[in-house]
Amino acid sequence: MDRLKIAILGFGSVGKGLAKIIADKNLGIIITAIADSKSGIIDNKGLNVAKVLLAKKKTGLCGDTSITPQKIIETAEYDVLVEVTPTNAATGQPALDYIKAALSRGKNVVTSNKGPIALEFKSLQKMADENNCLLKYEATVCGAIPIIHALQHGLAGNKIKKIYGVFNGTCNYILTRMSDEKLTYKQALLEARELGYAESDPTYDIKGIDAAIKLVILANTVLGFDKTLDDVEITGIDNMSSDAIGLALEDGKTIRLIGEIDAERETLSVAPRILPKNHILVVKDTLNAVTARTDLAGDVTLIGKGAGSFETASAIISDLLYIKENHGGRN
Amino acid sequence: MQISMKLEVTDSPGQLVKALKPISDLGGNIRSVIHERDPLSTSGTLDVEITLDIQRQKLEQLKEELKKSDVSIVRIDEERYLIRKSVILIGHLIHTDMSDTVEQIDATGSAEVGELSMIMPAINEPTSAKMILKSDSIQGITEAMIKLREIAKEKNLLIVEPLEGEGFNFDSGDNITWTD
Repeated sequence: MDRLKIAILGFGSVGKGLAKIIADKNLGIIITAIADSKSGIIDNKGLNVAKVLLAKKKTGLCGDTSITPQKIIETAEYDVLVEVTPTNAATGQPALDYIKAALSRGKNVVTSNKGPIALEFKSLQKMADENNCLLKYEATVCGAIPIIHALQHGLAGNKIKKIYGVFNGTCNYILTRMSDEKLTYKQALLEARELGYAESDPTYDIKGIDAAIKLVILANTVLGFDKTLDDVEITGIDNMSSDAIGLALEDGKTIRLIGEIDAERETLSVAPRILPKNHILVVKDTLNAVTARTDLAGDVTLIGKGAGSFETASAIISDLLYIKENHGGRN
Repeated sequence: MQISMKLEVTDSPGQLVKALKPISDLGGNIRSVIHERDPLSTSGTLDVEITLDIQRQKLEQLKEELKKSDVSIVRIDEERYLIRKSVILIGHLIHTDMSDTVEQIDATGSAEVGELSMIMPAINEPTSAKMILKSDSIQGITEAMIKLREIAKEKNLLIVEPLEGEGFNFDSGDNITWTD
């Protein structure tokens, strides 16, 4: 495959970050179509990314309002559909339908969208297999950290006993600030909001739901389980007190929100836990950190940025280049 | 379990060995020996303080053996609990009757609340407390935790637990490895 042609659905922070990197770096990837929530643009010879970005900045639209995501999926020329629309954890829509439509057209799919992968991984993978195409989803868990690749390929042959760590940067930021600067929960949350680390409605993060969804994705994709969000025992950090962190600090410990998959018991849980301050999983601010406990390699820990435009794009590009190398010419 | 003993031996060569030998014969592990000769003493005896780990069921036999060796036991302090786990509780701990919480755990018989430090917050704010559970077995701690989780659910308390075995402190030299 000379150049990999991609169509991008979703032109928010991740979609734009991805487009910029593809325009700047010579990766052998060209963008033939882009859609945001209100418009779309197609050029099968390759779009002028700078022009599209400028239009988006000026008008809020990337293209023509008559071009819908469905139209792109069904008519544009592309090897990979890159699906980066916002996550809907309850239904997975509209991303789920987009992914299904592309797969049934025999197109590879790369997504950063947790909803569809958490809800319907098995059926999507089956669809991909039947249509002889690849479905990749590295960006759904822990942003820049290549956790899925590490578990599926890097640690191939190992028995994975446990996967546990810090899966949510917002909570980690809040707990870091409470621990290091003695802020109250409310102060730390406010600060996280001001810095753009927390949404105006932070429920999804602070209640532990975001971390739980990532566990479901890892459990189903890497360990072959069949879990849903309801199978995760979830405790968030919304009732955390600065006194509690103070008590932990007295003993040289601190508190972090830890997601844990026990592969032997097949249990998934998210809860604030006490860890020694010098523990490898006690990472600062919005970082994520994940340890895989394996039979051969022992403990392997990956630490990195769990969110952000370029960080998430990094994971998407790694999936795209994997497809380019491993699936060349099949479409 | 860990015990500390104060022994009295006669002040003559080979007497200290007499006191220590039965301990090692019974598989005990000596942690420390404090052996002081008081220059002013005219009693012809000296005191030895020993801290050791030994299996509970062998303690009586140790006492017998020491008696047979003419070593008198002045005092034995028993530290029953070898395993500790500290958890942090957040919630309306006072309003939900903390003493009842502690009693319910102690009543399990498998572990007991060894320490409790509580921080009093502003009125109507939830209270935070650190609770140390002590038991002579991991099983005991596990059972107490099941009870504590039940209580927490009923009283709407948040339990913050240590990650895996991090909260277990083994006071004993026994080869207990926490492989979870």
